[in-house]
Amino acid sequence: MADHNRTLSYATKLLHTGNELDPTTGASAIPIYQASTFHQEDPFAPQAYEYARSGNPTRAALERTLAVLENGTQAFAFGSGMAAITTVLFLFSQGDHLIACDDIYGGTFRALTQVVNRFGIETTFVDTTDLEQIRAAIRPNTKGLLLESPSNPLLKVTDLAGAAAIAREHGLLSIVDNTFLTPYLQRPLDLGLDIVVHSGTKFLGGHSDVVAGAVIARDEVLCKRLYFLQNALGGVLGPQDCFLFQRGLKTLKVRLEASEAGAQQVAAWLAEQQRQGRIEAVYYPGLPTHPGHDIQRQQADGFGAVLSFDVGSEGRARQLMERVQLPLVAVSLGGVETILSYPRTMSHSGMPAPERLKRGIGDGLLRYSVGLEDPADLIADLDQALARA
Amino acid sequence: MSNHMETRLAQIGNRRDPQTGAISSPIHLSTTYGHPRLGESTGFDYTRTKNPTRTTLEAAIAELEGGVQGFAYASGMAAIAGVFGLFGQGDHLIVSHDLYGGTYRLIEQILPRQGISATFVDTGDTAAVTAAIQANTRAIFIETPTNPTMRITDLAQVIAVAHQHGLLTIVDNTFMTPLLQRPLALGADIVVHSATKYLGGHNDVLAGLVVAATPELAERLYFLQNSIGATLGPQDCWLLMRGMKTLALRMERHQANAQVVAQWLAQHPQVSRVYYPGLPDHAGRDIHERQADGAGGMLSFELADERLVEPILRSLHLITFAESLGGVESLITYPSRQTHFDIPEEQRIAVGVTNGLLRLSVGIEHPHDLIADLAQALQTARAWLEEETPIG
Repeated sequence: MADHNRTLSYATKLLHTGNELDPTTGASAIPIYQASTFHQEDPFAPQAYEYARSGNPTRAALERTLAVLENGTQAFAFGSGMAAITTVLFLFSQGDHLIACDDIYGGTFRALTQVVNRFGIETTFVDTTDLEQIRAAIRPNTKGLLLESPSNPLLKVTDLAGAAAIAREHGLLSIVDNTFLTPYLQRPLDLGLDIVVHSGTKFLGGHSDVVAGAVIARDEVLCKRLYFLQNALGGVLGPQDCFLFQRGLKTLKVRLEASEAGAQQVAAWLAEQQRQGRIEAVYYPGLPTHPGHDIQRQQADGFGAVLSFDVGSEGRARQLMERVQLPLVAVSLGGVETILSYPRTMSHSGMPAPERLKRGIGDGLLRYSVGLEDPADLIADLDQALARA
Repeated sequence: MSNHMETRLAQIGNRRDPQTGAISSPIHLSTTYGHPRLGESTGFDYTRTKNPTRTTLEAAIAELEGGVQGFAYASGMAAIAGVFGLFGQGDHLIVSHDLYGGTYRLIEQILPRQGISATFVDTGDTAAVTAAIQANTRAIFIETPTNPTMRITDLAQVIAVAHQHGLLTIVDNTFMTPLLQRPLALGADIVVHSATKYLGGHNDVLAGLVVAATPELAERLYFLQNSIGATLGPQDCWLLMRGMKTLALRMERHQANAQVVAQWLAQHPQVSRVYYPGLPDHAGRDIHERQADGAGGMLSFELADERLVEPILRSLHLITFAESLGGVESLITYPSRQTHFDIPEEQRIAVGVTNGLLRLSVGIEHPHDLIADLAQALQTARAWLEEETPIG
């Protein structure tokens, strides 16, 4: 069944990956199995399900879908994107060295610099849009490469196939956070990366109503190790959240298409405002002027629905946040509602100011995740907010 | 709060939603929360960091355990792994030697890769605990009663040793719950729970809880919970609170049933040994009675012949053969094959987890039905064994 599903087109895969029917009842939605434990028919023959942390049918359906969508072998669902990422970081051990992209999500930065560093794991941050910087940072004990593309919040694009090739050449495990694009727009395993991680809270879930994470890999030995860690560390996603996640996935394509179209329009309008001197900068890989535009076109099927722009100062950023009427001013992204965030105090509050400023995440930078509202309304709203800011 | 435990349990989540007066705490699914202005927050920003439903649960467990703050995790193992995040490269831990297999696996297979070592000792032997202390020892991790052989550790005594040496004491209170045992009141620093068990109580939610005794520890544990991110989802938080409301009623019945079943097993010719702190000859019973308010609902028993295990498990009609414990339904577990499978055989047998040991989580069914089910299974198994090994 899974093999057949892999040949389907994407819109169909989102709906038909083995999750669509409950064989016992024919139910159109996967049942929510709340059971924490499962009766063992035969004490000496292991069954598919024993204990819900080790395996749960609702979670298994979601994991199967995610594996198919990313063209992986196996997927693992977690209680949050950070639980997914930290579990992957447990693949490494004392004495290992990692290389990570420098404008990485603040939560991942915090985990690398304040949690796993205490286990004797060191990280070097480099601008991975320049592959030579990756090469230059490799040491004899380097074991992993952590990427985000496009990055958060500056939407910098890394040549994923190029980075994966360097990783392979040096025996590094390559990991990419695919949250911003989702497998609908970018499939890093096909580009040669080893592991994909997601905050499923964002576009995959898509409704700002479930906190979840996912890890997908292709290599079977690696999948076995990831399963061991998921079960041993226990940061699994609960069955009701798995159901909500799966439910959100069904509309991923239509949501992302609409949001991306909106983002293109908002970005184009912001670029015009930049030319008029109303804002300092706009960052969106879908703009032809974006430095990563060409690579993004090669390695992905779209540009996503997140953009950021710099209004020059904290004062103006503050005024804009107070004056916008439509977006939710909040952390997170990828929901049906447009969300405006201030990286300095939100997503990147885990990063010390000098590190943040060094990465170009200035005090006037705002991140804008385009939802499903009409783009004309979003633009009019930004226009009135900028006029007064 | 001076109310009795039963009252505090029944009132969990009540008076937490002044807007509507809802008795049952609402399930907040929102992942993110609007900010009134920059730099202003409702107190909630992002659900991994803080969620109103989870906060209600966390406040409840903190209050029940007598700590300053509670933390809810996706599973008991996520809770324990979160607590172990307190330690780093070069640290050493002292751990009860017959503890839950999942904790054992974490300590043996994951912590060493982070440069954290551990010594397993019988924490029931305070001298052995003292002898295991090294210059880099940071904490003592205790289960009492242990899983599955119900060994008792004298908490006050071990905690005194820990204090003397500046070590943290962490107690897994899953088997007892705060209804029966409150380790923080005895001076422990951290309590952990697999709330999947008695606290949830219905075999329908996977969850872990941690309670810290001091604001300093709470701050650090909060940092780790948020950074590692293995938090409990809001719907599961709600289910867990719903379960906790009836903890006192359930535990009373679990315990009464366990006492009856333990006594019945103790006199059965095919049973060589019963481990239950409510039995008069149970090792450490006096200590247990001093530090806890009851013997709980868990017992283990050893069969006179380990070949009886398989036919018994096949013959039980009512008692379900499944991992886990603490639910309203009785569950039987075969520790050497299930919960303790990750512990090497030699070590496992040394701590009493033999191939003939079965663990019984006594549910809230009528005790006579449970005994009848065990009686017929033991009888069927014996008949099968006699057929297999004819005399002469």
